[in-house]
Parts: sequence; structure tokens; C-alpha cells
Amino acid sequence: MMFKGVDFWPHASLFPIIGLRRYFIIASALAILSSIVLVATQGLNFGIDFKGGSLIEVQAKSGSVDIPGLRTKLGGLGLGDVQIQSLGASGNEALIRVEQQPGGEKAQEAAATKVRAALGADLNIRRIEVVGPSVSAELKQAGMIAVSAAIIGILLYIWFRFEWQFAVAAIIALTHDVLITVGVFSLLQLEFDLSIVAALLTLAGYSINDTVVVFDRIRENLRRFKRMPLEELLNRSINETLSRTVVTSGTTFVAVLALYVFGTEVIRGFAFTMLFGIIVGTFSSIFVASPLLLWWGVKRDWSTPSADSPKAKEQV
Amino acid sequence: MLHFSRWKIVAIVLTCLLGAMAAVPNFFSKTSIKSWPGWLYNSQINLGLDLRGGAHMLAQIDVAGLKKEWLDNIRDDMRSRLRKAQIGYTGLGNVGDKVQVTIVKVEDVDKAVKDLRGMIQQIGGSVLAAGTPDLSVTQEGSNRIVVAPTEAAVRARIDTAMSSVIEIVRRRLDPGGNREITLQRQGADRIVIQEPGVEDTSETRARLKQTAKLTFHLVHPTVSADDARATRIPAGYKLFPSEEDGGGFELLQERAIVGGEDLVSSEAGFDSRTNEPVVNFRFNTTGAKKFGAVTQRFVGQRFAIVLDGKVISAPVIREPILGGSGQISGSFTVQSANRLGILLSSGALPTSLTVVEERTVGPSLGSDSIKAGALAAVVGSVGVVVFMVFAYGLFGIFAVIAVTINIVLILGLMTFLQSTLTLPGIAGIVLTVGMAVDANVLIYERIREELRNGKTPISAIEAGFSRALATIIDSNLTTLIAGIVMFWLGSGPIRGFAVTLCLGIMTTVFTAFTVTRLLVSLWLVRQTERRVPAPL
Repeated sequence: MMFKGVDFWPHASLFPIIGLRRYFIIASALAILSSIVLVATQGLNFGIDFKGGSLIEVQAKSGSVDIPGLRTKLGGLGLGDVQIQSLGASGNEALIRVEQQPGGEKAQEAAATKVRAALGADLNIRRIEVVGPSVSAELKQAGMIAVSAAIIGILLYIWFRFEWQFAVAAIIALTHDVLITVGVFSLLQLEFDLSIVAALLTLAGYSINDTVVVFDRIRENLRRFKRMPLEELLNRSINETLSRTVVTSGTTFVAVLALYVFGTEVIRGFAFTMLFGIIVGTFSSIFVASPLLLWWGVKRDWSTPSADSPKAKEQV
Repeated sequence: MLHFSRWKIVAIVLTCLLGAMAAVPNFFSKTSIKSWPGWLYNSQINLGLDLRGGAHMLAQIDVAGLKKEWLDNIRDDMRSRLRKAQIGYTGLGNVGDKVQVTIVKVEDVDKAVKDLRGMIQQIGGSVLAAGTPDLSVTQEGSNRIVVAPTEAAVRARIDTAMSSVIEIVRRRLDPGGNREITLQRQGADRIVIQEPGVEDTSETRARLKQTAKLTFHLVHPTVSADDARATRIPAGYKLFPSEEDGGGFELLQERAIVGGEDLVSSEAGFDSRTNEPVVNFRFNTTGAKKFGAVTQRFVGQRFAIVLDGKVISAPVIREPILGGSGQISGSFTVQSANRLGILLSSGALPTSLTVVEERTVGPSLGSDSIKAGALAAVVGSVGVVVFMVFAYGLFGIFAVIAVTINIVLILGLMTFLQSTLTLPGIAGIVLTVGMAVDANVLIYERIREELRNGKTPISAIEAGFSRALATIIDSNLTTLIAGIVMFWLGSGPIRGFAVTLCLGIMTTVFTAFTVTRLLVSLWLVRQTERRVPAPL
């Protein structure tokens, strides 16, 4: 029993990635810039985790949910902005969002009770989430701390394993991925909640993987080809690892795609973030991280330890 | 790299078997597991509330109220001490986190400070170590004295309040002691309440909402509440809002005859004459004595039963109540009488509680989520398997075996560590499937590259594994960093995700690197041809 796999990758071809770096970097810079502008002007559509308020998922006991009827019923409760969204293919489910009530936690509690009472007997409550103002503020803060802490942790690790130039390039690529993903949430006004932060953290940890693969190869080639011009060396390294970068991203993409297609409402936001992030992350590993190295150059002679590497002693 | 000593093979196989043994019970029903022989591992993964259905609530105690109450007590204590010592004072009152008073005569200040220092108590002391004072009494300027609780004392107070709150909440929500409720302190002033299977939290909320402080007071024998409001309130009396029919107020003695802390039991029942729901209660010996003495003296007068500052009923004392038991009637429904019975016998909360966060999932959504998660896991895995076998042939199958072992190990570890599987946790497992084969891809692509560079198959395989190791570890460690941060800062479901992600990374390095390598090595040994064909 022996069968071979199909090696479909055109290993022989050499794509002029470094040669085209200006275009990619400009495109990335524009994308980052527009993400920042979008978030600054449009803001994010925060979910109740960060905004406070209540979310109720209901399912009709039979037939589909009477959305207009529900709207009049709940609109009359005087709870401010009440959003109702139909869910599921057959429309037998709906998601009700009630905005944060003025008057603190107690008012929040009262609002949820009112909605629950108004729903009536032909709807099943599938899920209720009520988040008070103090908790939502804390969650927001914890989310920001988490993303920053993860990025800093990864920065330190990459710095420890490589040279500072690599660490900085990796972190720029990583921040690029996170920022553009957040930008898409702002552009499409998708709901941004705690599970999205979890997805961003996972993305931060994952999107760096491809970058590390390329960097490992660059380091290896730096030792092998001591006189090759850096531009050529970088391009060669990227191309040598291109099949890996694309295939590893591809397998993860397939798994997450299944989550997106079959997952419930709670998971879909998470899966979407990962799907988008994997694409941006793969792009940045190939087109952003390594070209950045060319800008500030890297140490060429890896046979002697340099002063600015924490790992210098081990690399002799 | 490709050589495995015998004991190493045994160790790897044993690890996988142990993982499988811990994971297997999860695929059987709870009842069938019970009949398994005792030497088999038979615990299952805890399912999070988002998968099994249930209520998760975060309740917060009123720290500001607790502080204020304490400051009020300090103020009252100061007043009575200064009066007793016959020291003239003005401007006694709370300012922020302290109480201040101005002594009229400067020559009295030293005496007053000395006297007020008598209020200080040591907290947290033990046989060996002296405690720290609970109050600081300092003189400011020539004649002002400031009394403030120390930080340590405030913390100690909050801690005490929290532990009694948790105990009381447990008694309230689970009077029979047979429900599966988790109560856990979170941070300084919050508790997490988890009630599996609960869909409607209104009863829980109702039981948490009341502090349930019960007191019995005498009603003013002659002056009515309306008169008192119109003219002036007699000394030692206070107006209390009434919840009885018609509302209004009652003029009650400020000092209670007896309080809820003297109750030994209380339960809902029915009035023997009117058949209305009532709450029956019984006092302990001290309570019974006090109540008996008062009711004996004031036959024909009214007394009031006050709950959380509101009069729930104010009956006339027809005869002395000496037996130490009584009945509270009011406008109760069966449910509210039941609840009050439970609240009173659980004791009063030292502070009010507010639910600041609730996440409740009905059982139908929970089981739908499990189904959806399982489907996504199966479809995702099949997609990855098909691709791996297509791209890497036999070695792809090795990768698939490794990933299968990987999932089994994650489940086994989670069962063994008794960690909780949440919906995001399932997502974490699916994600692990996608990421785990990445390591295999890195190895196989490296082998292909070495083959292209003209190496013999065996040395290419050897080089593939050894060169890819550093990359695999680097890339997994970065994800692990993100996972640890998530576990550290996240809560509930996010933590569940972080757990599966981190466990998945650790098992991935083992299965993708060690298990795959073992499979490849075993395969190589069985090759009888002198020149091993390149499998990739």
C-alpha cells in the first residue's frame, strides 16, 4: 500500500513579490488608514457585551415569528430602541435587542422582565443576555487589555527567537491584520462583541504562524547564502515557503468555513472574523512582513553573535 | 530523528491509550456509564451552561451602601460617646469616607480624642501577630476630629459581607440543598451564580432582590401617622411606608422589639380561618422572651411587621404571644408567601444585591448548539481529511490519524481536568483540527523540498522532521500566548475557548510531531525494498 499525494504547487516558478513590494505596502497602508478612519468616524456596532442592554433570542412554537406584531408589542413598552431581527432559514426565530436603559442596573433588570412578560405564550425564549453598564465598561477594557497584552507577548517572543527587525516586522503585520479586520466590522457595521475579541486574539496568535514560517526560512537562507543581495534572498525565501503559507492557511480556512456555515448565531461572528483574518493574515505574511525587512535591513553575518539580540549567545 | 527506542514507542502508545480511555465515556450516555466496571474511567466533560441550558448571573453587592451604613454607625457611636462624656460638639456628620466632628471647647479635644479612640478595634489579629486597627481617629486643626475606617478594615468588612452573602444566597436559591447550583466569588464585590436547567430567572431575581431584613415594631398607641406627618413626629418614633391595602404610612417606634435574626424557622402556610396564604414563623428563646414580654405589656395595641423598611402588616395584639411562634399575613399569593418563608429562614443579606449581568440559554438552544457544533466539526474535519489525503497520499493518512488522536487527547484531557466545554470551546476544537494539520503540512512540504534538492527519501524525511520542528514550536507558541491571555482575562465562554485552544496546541505538538513521526518511522521499518520510494 503506497500512494502518492498530488503536489499541485508550481514550485519552479518564482513570483516577483519583493519587486512589487511598493504596491502591496501602499495597498496595506491604505487599508489600515481607511480602517482607522472608519472606526474613528463610523465607530463599531458594539454588541451588548460592550454597550450594555439586553438580547433575547426567541423561537416560535409553531410557524414563523410575527416580526411586525412583535415590533408593535415591544415598541409600546417605552424601552427606547428595540431592534428585532429575523433568524434562521424559515424565519421561526428572531433576535430582539433592547438598548441600554438609562438608570443603571436596576432599570436594565426591569426592562428584561417587561420584555419577557410581553412576549406572550406562542414564543419560546431560547436565550437571554442582560449586561449592565458597569460590566460592559469592564468588558470593553478587558478586551482592549487582552488584545494589547497578546500582541506584546507575541512581540517579546518573536524578539527572543529572532532579531528585533523581525519582531517589529511581525508585529506590524499582526497589527495590520487585526486593524483591517476591525475595519471591516466598522465598514459592514457587523456586531462587535466578546466573541469577536476572542477571534481577534486567536487571529493574532494564528496569523503570526505564517510569518514565522517565512522568517525561519529567511534566517536559514541568510546563513546559507552569505553574499546574496537581501532583496533576492527575501524573494527566494518567500517563494520557497509560499506553498506552505497557502496550504496551512487553506486547511484552517476549511475548518473555520464549516463553523461559519453550520454554526449557530453565537459562533458565526467568531467564524467570520477568523475567515477574514486568515485571508488578511496570509496576505500580510507574504506581502507585508518580509518586504518590511528590506526597509531597515537585517544582520547579514549570522556566524557571529550581535549585540542587539537577546539570543545572541545561543546562536554561535 | 526517525529512530524510536522501544520504551519510547510504549510511552507514546500508552499516552494515546490513556487519552482515549478518558475520552471514551463522553460518547456514551450517563446511565450506561454507571454500569461500567470500576477500573474504567467514567467521568464526563462538564458541559457549559451555553450547551446544557441554564442561567448564568453576575450579582454585585452594594459596597457604597455597606460603607455608608458603617459610617452611620460610627457617627451614632461617636454621638453617644461624646454625650456620655459630656463633651460639647457641633457639625457631626459624614464627609466622604469619614466622619468628622468639631469639639466646642478646645480644652476638651484631648479628652474627646482619647474617648473616641476607645471605638478602635483590632482586626485580623492572631496569637502571634497584632491586628491592625479598624478605625483611625485623628485630630485636624485645633478642634476637629476625624474618624475614618482603615482600608484594611473596609476590605475585611466587604470580605465578611461577601461570605455571608454567598451563604445566604445559597440557602435562598437552594433551600432543600439538592439543586446543582454553583456560587463563586468574582473579584471584590461580585458573585457568579450558575443554575443549570433554569430558563426563567424571574424567581431567582426575586429571591436576590430583597435583603429581607425583618423587624417587629410597636405602633404609636395614640398618634396616627397622618397626624404625625401634619404636626411633628414624636421622639423615638419614625414613619414607615406601608404596603398594606391603601398604602399610606405607619408611625412606629424606631427601635425594633425583635428582629429577623431571632427567627429559627419560617415557612409558608395557610391561615386556618381565612384560608389565605400566610408565613408562619418561630422565634428562638431570646426572641420568644422579648416578644412575649412586649405583647404581654401592650395587649390591645398594634404592632407592625416591617420587611426591608416597609410595613407588611400591623395587627392588633389580641393576647400575649408567649409560645414564640406567630404568623405574618398580608396580601400574599402562594408564591410570594413561599418566597418570603424561604427568605426569612435564610436570613437577611448584609447588603442589597444587584444582578449586573445575565446570560441564560434554554435547553433547546443548548442541544441545537451541540448538534451544530458537532456537524461543523465533522464537516470541517472531512474537508481537511480529503485535502490532506489528496495532497499527501499515505502521509496525509498519517496526518489524519494524528489529528484524530489529537481530538481524542483534547477530549480526554478536558475530561481528566474536569474543565468545562462551551460552545466557543467546540469552535476551539474545530479550529485545532485546521491548525493541527498545519504542522504536518510544514513537515511534508519540507520533505518535498529536500527531495527536490536531490536528497534520498530517508534523509529527506529525516531533514523534514528535524528542520520543521523549530518552526512548529515557534508558530504554536505564539498561538499559545494568545490563548493564555484569553484565559487570563476572559470569562465564561471565552475561557472555555481558551482552554480548548491551549490544550489543543499542546496536544498538537505531540501528535503532529511525535505521533506522525512514529507512524512514518514504523512505515519505513516495514519497507523491504532497499531503496525506499519517495512517498510524497
